[in-house]
Amino acid sequence: MPASVGWVWLVVLLPLLGFLANGAISFIKPDAKGAVSAIGVGVLAAAFGVSVAVVSGLAGAAHDAPFIVTLWEWMPVGAFHIDLAFQVDQLSAVMLLVITGVGTLIHIFSTGYMSEDPSYPRYFAYLNLFIFFMLILVLGSSFPVMFIGWEGVGLCSYLLIGFWFSEKANADAGKKAFIMNRIGDFGFLIAMFMIFGATGSLSFVEVFEAAPATLALGGTTVTLITLALFLGCTGKSAQIPLYTWLPDAMAGPTPVSALIHAATMVTAGVYLVARSNILFALAPISSTVVAGIGGLTALFAATIAMKQWDIKKVLAYSTVSQLGFMFVGVGVGAYAAGVFHLVTHAFFKALLFLGAGSVIHALHHAYHHTGSHEDAQDMRNMGGLKKFMPWTAGVMWIATLAIAGIPGFSGFFSKDEILAQAFARGHDVPFFYVVWGMGAVAALMTAFYMTRMMIYTFHGPNRTGEKEGSHLHEVSWVMTGPLVILAIGSLFGGFLNLPAVLPGAGWLHHWLEPITEGSAAFVGEVHLAHNTEWILLGLATVIAVVGILGAYRLLKPQNLVPAKDATPETGMQKVLLNKYYVDEIYDAVVVKPLMWLSRAILWKTVDEKAIDGAAVNGSANITRFAGWFGTRFQTGRVGTYVFFFVVGALVLLRTMVR
Amino acid sequence: MQIDLATPGGLALSLLPEIFLVLWGCLVLLVAAWKHSEENATDLVGRISLVGLLGTLAVVWWMWVGDWTAGEFAAMMALDNFRYATSSVFIIASILAVAMSFGYLGRERILIPEYYALMLFGTAGMMFMGGGADLIVIFIGLELMSVCIYVLAGINRRSVFSAEAALKYFLLGAFASAFFLYGIALIYGATGTTNLALIDFQIAASGLNDSVMIMLGVAFLLVGFGFKVGAVPFHMWAPDVYDGSPTPVTAYMATAVKAAGFAALFRILLHGFGNSLEIWQTGVWWLAAITMVLGNLFALAQRNLKRMLAYSSIGHAGYLLVAVASGGAMGASAFIFYIVAYTLMTVGSFTVLSVIGRNGERDVKIDDLSGLASKHPWMAFAMLVFMLSLLGFPGTAGFMGKWYILAAVLKADQLSLAVVLVVASVISAGFYLPVVMAMYMKPTTDADSHRNAITSGAAKWVVIGTALALLVFGVWPNRLADVSANGADNFRQVSPITTPLSTPGAE
Repeated sequence: MPASVGWVWLVVLLPLLGFLANGAISFIKPDAKGAVSAIGVGVLAAAFGVSVAVVSGLAGAAHDAPFIVTLWEWMPVGAFHIDLAFQVDQLSAVMLLVITGVGTLIHIFSTGYMSEDPSYPRYFAYLNLFIFFMLILVLGSSFPVMFIGWEGVGLCSYLLIGFWFSEKANADAGKKAFIMNRIGDFGFLIAMFMIFGATGSLSFVEVFEAAPATLALGGTTVTLITLALFLGCTGKSAQIPLYTWLPDAMAGPTPVSALIHAATMVTAGVYLVARSNILFALAPISSTVVAGIGGLTALFAATIAMKQWDIKKVLAYSTVSQLGFMFVGVGVGAYAAGVFHLVTHAFFKALLFLGAGSVIHALHHAYHHTGSHEDAQDMRNMGGLKKFMPWTAGVMWIATLAIAGIPGFSGFFSKDEILAQAFARGHDVPFFYVVWGMGAVAALMTAFYMTRMMIYTFHGPNRTGEKEGSHLHEVSWVMTGPLVILAIGSLFGGFLNLPAVLPGAGWLHHWLEPITEGSAAFVGEVHLAHNTEWILLGLATVIAVVGILGAYRLLKPQNLVPAKDATPETGMQKVLLNKYYVDEIYDAVVVKPLMWLSRAILWKTVDEKAIDGAAVNGSANITRFAGWFGTRFQTGRVGTYVFFFVVGALVLLRTMVR
Repeated sequence: MQIDLATPGGLALSLLPEIFLVLWGCLVLLVAAWKHSEENATDLVGRISLVGLLGTLAVVWWMWVGDWTAGEFAAMMALDNFRYATSSVFIIASILAVAMSFGYLGRERILIPEYYALMLFGTAGMMFMGGGADLIVIFIGLELMSVCIYVLAGINRRSVFSAEAALKYFLLGAFASAFFLYGIALIYGATGTTNLALIDFQIAASGLNDSVMIMLGVAFLLVGFGFKVGAVPFHMWAPDVYDGSPTPVTAYMATAVKAAGFAALFRILLHGFGNSLEIWQTGVWWLAAITMVLGNLFALAQRNLKRMLAYSSIGHAGYLLVAVASGGAMGASAFIFYIVAYTLMTVGSFTVLSVIGRNGERDVKIDDLSGLASKHPWMAFAMLVFMLSLLGFPGTAGFMGKWYILAAVLKADQLSLAVVLVVASVISAGFYLPVVMAMYMKPTTDADSHRNAITSGAAKWVVIGTALALLVFGVWPNRLADVSANGADNFRQVSPITTPLSTPGAE
């Protein structure tokens, strides 16, 4: 093992130390913002530095097998044996760099965005803790260790969504995210039990080595395992049917949305499928489900994003949609393509969220000056911001072109590869043609709604208000700096994995080969004919251009009025604005009946009457009576004691002498 | 290191900690006699005793680390890890009891420096019990310990309850000793020896498995030990005596005395009757089951904190008997782990009781703890740790201890005892949790409550130290588990003879 790889524990330890230090400061000296910034950003930057060393050590190593860095034995119980160990391989290396790299930028941005918040130390403590758990998630060398991180990031997500918990809506959003994720976690747990039952191990290396031999291709066991795992993914990565928490999660501070709900945590499901690619490759039915759900989510969320007014909601649904694309990738068996889109998406979506954060920050600032209580996130209150915030507008356009899929930008290459792979594998599984179709339509909508967001935010006349206009200005460099770096990533990230028809193609694909080679035997390598590939590239370009131009031609920002003057939507527009009423349907079909069942039957009847009344109090009364009765013999007289002593001795003699 | 027991020097070396402690006890007596009239003599003597105990502990650990073993057959005192481990437990329990006594004796005006000398001699007795390889040595150790405890229980001469406690303990203790001695006599009659390894050999060689004399003898031994460790139905002295004695003495009785009883019981049953489990396992099974269930049930009915803790210690004797019933090295290591955890949590909770209830801790009701969390948050937290650990809550040493006992008893295929243990633990939640509830969920009864609670001095360090240790061993039990396993290592002695002895009681 290269020496630098052995230092991987330091990457994990640093954010933990940051959490402890900032947590302590939040209690002792909450106004020490300078120290908090230095610690919060410093540990992340240092972690990124160590990560680079670890990954370069890995890249320089000769062999492909993963490096396992064992810290200590965690659960040695008979044959069941789990170490607290980290696995450094090509997949975790990619995630490591994304998390610490993008994480550092978002931490820097946060020092500006949150600078006036009274709970500044608590914010950075949570953010550091999140990074710690996220690193455990991607570095864990076994399902249980990964599960620690999986649960931990859920906790941090909950804490940060409800960061401004004094408003009930925010706290409710946090709870919603937590409960939805719990449903998914249940699937993860079931999958772990089944994996252990089937292979007798839970460490990645052992499970994946044993899987092809012990689990039959397409067998029931592996299908159930992977479906249960995917249930976990739908919760964590906001896919149908468990996606509704993610738009609500926008209640948290915007950098949190960028870090947790766009770049890192929500991609954990994609990572899990990519990590377990052998299991999914052995279960064609599950893979088809993954791709189908992914395609459907991509399309469904994109339609909702078309009609949102809240800038963060647009981005939230866009994230759900893009995660759908990633699942299409890993579902059709193009694991590297899914991971590739994960990386490029981390860049451009983090950039979009942080840019939106800048805009909200600026608007909030302006409204704060005039004492107005308008919604700083509603696009109807924006417009024409490019002349106030040229840097933000510029970098956000780069990200928009990237997500829309304009050739040369990162999103073009990653999204095209997913769609091309879906198309190519449609030859074996015709359903993938349908998935491809859904993806293509979703891509068209993506280009449209992103352009819509940009036009309404940055172009046309300004609708912020007469007085507020003079207070609008570009945010400080600690916030624009990270945006520029992310913009560079959004521009050039695509060169990681160019299409096969271009020179220098498939670098990331090649890098991830040690991870995916086990499953290649089952899903196969698909190569498109060159002319087909050119046609698909051309089609992707046409989709992006049509979407952007369509939005440009159809939308009239000059006709918009500020949110407070707007007339309510009607018809299909209203359905879209209300997100197909899915929340209301869930409420009526699941939440309300469940509440009724819990309240009327389980609580009032079963719990209060049967369990509390008869079982608990009944048995407690009986035991209490027995205790009281027993102590009646405790007379305080030595004679009584001797009597019982002798009786006891005689009974003991009787039992022992045969 | 190998000790040559044939030479007087080797013999002295093998008894080094006991000799050291007894000599130190004599020194303490001298100082006590010399300084008797001075006001602060008690504290001075206490400090000297503490040094002596620490010195003894150092000697024991020196022997343990140096791996001292006997060059040949150890006829009187064993030289094995079990002796070192159990001696350590006794000494640590004594150290905690001494530390706990500092403030207490001054406060209750029990200015009798001999108090500490009695503790040292009592501890020496326990060490003979834990290390004795011969029934007579164990008996002498038992008596040495008991006499000291009789006096300690009644040391508060101005308290009627203290006097009552001492008298009851003495009368019933003498009664139990008679059973014990009669048991030894019967066993000697059947086997012709009082050495444990020889007894084991004799039973096997002469086929004494079905000898009624042996069965009777073992049953009488169990009665004697049942009394010392407070097992039902020989427990009835315990609530009265625990209640009446000064609290540090109660803590000492509930931990060190109980540990010594168990250590000797373990050694006798596993060395003397290790190859004939059928003789004693049924009896221990019943003792364990009844003690666990009834001890915990009786505790439910208590409203007085000190009596509740007394009954709780009876319940814990039941858990420890489960470790005995499993009858193997695993049970012995589980016993060592649990007795350490039990000592820490019991001493800790008695210390909290003694600092809360000055001027009459006999009357501290569980409800009197109401609102302690708001007045003394750290003390309440420590008490929370003690209660949860006594309950066997995960994250505390009490949980790990129960876990090891359960593992040992399941390994020995005694599923039924494991079930009883778990049920009894559930019952015990019914009296440990109300303490927590009172501290955290009920308001203070009046503004003056808890004002008297003393949160300084040695008692404070006892509380902090025990609570911390419980948490550390609960989350990270590996080190203590290793030590316990090491303490139960080589827990076997092979008989030196190959032909059976003649037996005086042969029919």
